[in-house]
Amino acid sequence: MEANITINKLNSRFSESIVETHAYRGDDTAIVRKEDILEICRFLRDDKELQYNFMMDVTAVDYIGREPRFEVVYHLYSLAFNRRFRIKARVPEADCSVDSVVSLWPSANWFEREAYDMYGIAFNGHPELRRILLYEDFQGHPLRKDYPIKKRQPLIGPTC
Amino acid sequence: MGIMNFIKKGPSPDITRDPAHPEDDMRLLGGSVILTKLEAINNWGRKYSFFQYPFVTACCGMEFMSVAGPKYDLDRFGAALPRFSPRQADLLMVVGTISHKQAPILVKVYNQMAEPKWVFAFGVCAVSGGFYDNYATVQGIDTLIPVDVYVPGCPPRPEMVIDGLIRLQQKVMEGKWSDFPKGASPVSNIDD
Repeated sequence: MEANITINKLNSRFSESIVETHAYRGDDTAIVRKEDILEICRFLRDDKELQYNFMMDVTAVDYIGREPRFEVVYHLYSLAFNRRFRIKARVPEADCSVDSVVSLWPSANWFEREAYDMYGIAFNGHPELRRILLYEDFQGHPLRKDYPIKKRQPLIGPTC
Repeated sequence: MGIMNFIKKGPSPDITRDPAHPEDDMRLLGGSVILTKLEAINNWGRKYSFFQYPFVTACCGMEFMSVAGPKYDLDRFGAALPRFSPRQADLLMVVGTISHKQAPILVKVYNQMAEPKWVFAFGVCAVSGGFYDNYATVQGIDTLIPVDVYVPGCPPRPEMVIDGLIRLQQKVMEGKWSDFPKGASPVSNIDD
């Protein structure tokens, strides 16, 4: 089926890496092993029939109580074929890192920094992984579900 | 007391005796001299000539424009002219939500203002953080800098702002020389 060309291609080429796929109402999604995220993304970008050349968003979700706890979500868009695709990589709390895709799409730079800032997920190979929205002295990662809702951060002086 | 005589009667431009007004003889040198305390006339001058620095960060800014514009017209109270340099301002209007990342900027602006200076917390976010009870928002600017007038409201009505300004004028009128300098903000980094 035309709508699922991306999923079919991924299944035939990366059958080992694909955990799960679904395509509910054109909402094409693949859940993949986090070790292979860089290779899969490179394939999605470079394949002539896919050309996902636009990295639209990288974010994360905290499913606290579930193992693996985090999910890093990538939203891709193909300008050539007007096609969208979503990839998710599950990241455990113990090894809270995933390979950076900045080398493929420079626009992923700030998205990955935001995900690091809010969830504390490290992106291996990121050129400048530091907080983007919060300040350097901030303690903790506020969008984690176990971040204390009443926690107060130290006030910061003018030098920061 | 002296200043009140000044306001009620006003200085007489003519120091020559006018036979039609013999009561002028009771006034010192025909009313050309007034007696007051230097502190009182100084405060009187200050309270009608605020030079404000609008530190506008959020939606309260729209309401600030309304109260500063011609309809409600803060100029009637002498507080119309915004200065966009803190060095030239003596009233810091903090209008809107202050995030932790914004906090050092607010403190720096406050410290750059020349004494005497006053701070006006405009809107409930500046007063207490408002409903932004979260990791990103300063829970009231009085955790950073001393505040003279709190005007809550989301946003405050122009009438509330004008009321707050009149109360600030009363506070300025009651001020003492010894109130100033207030010094740097308590959370300033001395190494800066």
